[in-house]
Amino acid sequence: MTVITDTPRQERQAWPARLTRRLSSGVVQAVLIVVGLIWITPLAGLFLSSLRTERDNAGSGWWTALAGPGQLSLDNYSTLLADTGITQAFWNTVLISVPATTLVVVLSALAAYAFAWLEFPGRDALFLVVVALLVVPVQVGLLPVAKLFGQLGLFGTIPGVVLFHVAYGLPFAIFLLRNYFAEIPREMLEAARMDGGSEWRIFAQLVLPVGRPALASLAIFQFLWVWNDMLVALLFADSASQPLTVALQSQIRQFGSNIDVLAPGAFLSLVVPVAVFFAFQRHFVQGVMAGSVK
Amino acid sequence: MTALTTPARTTARSSPAVTPPSGPRRSATRRRWFVAVVFALPALLLLGVLVVYPMLFSVGRSFFDATGTRFVGGDNYTEMFRDPATLKAIRNSTIWVVVAPTLLTGLGLILAVLTEKVRWATAFKLLLFLPMAVSFLAAGIIFRLAYEEDPDRGVLNAVAVGVHDTFQDASSYPTARARDGQGLAKGADGSFRTTGETRPGRTVALGLVGVQPDELPAGAAPARRAASATAAPDELRGVVYLDFTPGGGGEQGKVDAKERGLPQLAVEAVSGDGKVAARATTAADGSFRFADLAAGPYELRLPARNFAPPYEGISWLGPALVTPAVIGAYLWIWTGFAMVLIGAGLSALPRETLEAARMDGANEWQIFRRITVPLLAPVLTVVFVTLVINVMKVFDLVYIIAPGPVQEEATVLATQMWLVSFGGGQDQGLGSALGVLLLVLVVPAMLFNVRRFRRSQS
Repeated sequence: MTVITDTPRQERQAWPARLTRRLSSGVVQAVLIVVGLIWITPLAGLFLSSLRTERDNAGSGWWTALAGPGQLSLDNYSTLLADTGITQAFWNTVLISVPATTLVVVLSALAAYAFAWLEFPGRDALFLVVVALLVVPVQVGLLPVAKLFGQLGLFGTIPGVVLFHVAYGLPFAIFLLRNYFAEIPREMLEAARMDGGSEWRIFAQLVLPVGRPALASLAIFQFLWVWNDMLVALLFADSASQPLTVALQSQIRQFGSNIDVLAPGAFLSLVVPVAVFFAFQRHFVQGVMAGSVK
Repeated sequence: MTALTTPARTTARSSPAVTPPSGPRRSATRRRWFVAVVFALPALLLLGVLVVYPMLFSVGRSFFDATGTRFVGGDNYTEMFRDPATLKAIRNSTIWVVVAPTLLTGLGLILAVLTEKVRWATAFKLLLFLPMAVSFLAAGIIFRLAYEEDPDRGVLNAVAVGVHDTFQDASSYPTARARDGQGLAKGADGSFRTTGETRPGRTVALGLVGVQPDELPAGAAPARRAASATAAPDELRGVVYLDFTPGGGGEQGKVDAKERGLPQLAVEAVSGDGKVAARATTAADGSFRFADLAAGPYELRLPARNFAPPYEGISWLGPALVTPAVIGAYLWIWTGFAMVLIGAGLSALPRETLEAARMDGANEWQIFRRITVPLLAPVLTVVFVTLVINVMKVFDLVYIIAPGPVQEEATVLATQMWLVSFGGGQDQGLGSALGVLLLVLVVPAMLFNVRRFRRSQS
């Protein structure tokens, strides 16, 4: 399914009908343009604020920069990138998101293959449990897992944050991939088995390549989810392992005087997911759509 | 999503009925199980240890006290409905769950239908979907900026003030005051009234101070001539002027040569019985004139609206509006999602039905109301349910946007659970109970998912 596409249509009608349609289409366009402007304004506000000094931001609105672009400069960004706390937090975000995404994709692909095409006792019942776990709120896990991680020495570490994300990403990941893998024509697998391929080879050489679209959507969704997370890291990461979201969150209390850090920081944190969005539009939209059940 | 399944289930490779299963075959079965377990085990282990076990632990923990040493039965659950902060969280979460999904589904439907009619629908959908890529933290910062109360800094209040001042005259003198004993006194309602009475046939001069000369409207002209004009017997004339000579030298209470009138000021003549007999607005030189007045004593009044402080916009993040404000930010993020999902449903509708209705002369509204919406009902339900589940867990946005002092006012279940367990409350018994409440609230969604899945399998 291509979700974001036009459906062009041609209609032939008498001219009065055409005229009213033309007029109403003008109104529709105007409405949509206004809505579009409303949607872009907050983002523009963040971006322009991030390019203005703290004094400018305290004294006047970001929109004054539209008339006087002279006040814009990259100074906030160079200050921000010189702050080792922030750069460290940015790297932590990468160090959390990449393994958490890779692990979820790998582990769920393996499990999904087992659920779709391998035999083992209790398989269908177990899968129903996985389906039920889809909507479990992370809040239920915070306290007990924090205790557990405390005992294991994982509390306040990047591996701890990663493990938590992986565990809570798995139900949806398994669900999505199992359903996708199950669509693979059975004859294909039977033929491979006849040829004496081991399950591992069938998985690696047949299932994974066929499942690529689903794997891509899943990877993008999971990456986005972890990259943008604040709640999990707020609890499980300490000040050395905290990602960008948590580092910025700690500055929110003095919002007014910290705009010169918060605005470029927020922009820095959203640049990566937005780049992913534009690079992989289709997989992105499908991943988010599928993952919304979470 | 639902369309993704219909698996041909793998039945065990059927053994020929004639030969009973022999030793090596059984071991082959066992070997196959072993392979399957190797594939599924890592994921299942993580799920068991970090999701299922904690869930059960939380349920158990919710029956113990804050420190976890004493069994207290259902006390945490009764406490939940007694504690005012938690009650507020429940109330706010209810508002969220009712308002946000409804608005989002409605907005998404309208926009999905409208975008079908333009050529640049793809660009529009991309733009509205973009916020889905933005973290709640970044969105929170974006909206903290937008909701800034000072209209010179927050874009929403800048717009609010702009609109307000367009429809209501902003040309007022908020700082103006009267000198004592110069004929004008301030009333309790903020207006200024003449202290002595006046009658038709006279010309009065009403002096005000406290306005910076450079704040006067550009056209303000010297008031002296108008102050010395003579009035007809049935006419009351006068001038409102700034009783201050720039550079000094003026005399208090007198209209000096350089002193200018205050234009655009409302003046009312109030007759003896307290009724407003006539209204006027001052001219560029501050002069006003009431013609055709009945004889008798009058009081002149400069109504309070001349001196109202300028409109400062709306206190978005104040206690009264903070929840709607945060919901607004949530709409910004999720509208694109609702629109795209509904749009996909829309393009799957049978075109012939719509065209047939159009041929029969149905107008767009009738088509929308009678055909599109009913046919889309299943999609709308899915969107709505999905949003309810997501809204129930909303945390970051409230945590970020609501400023410290009003956080209590904006609190929802997820933030309350956090505050109670980790943010100073340190009552993990009550915290667990709140977590379990969240879990219980998503159980219907859980059952819905399981039922839908089982149906797709049969």
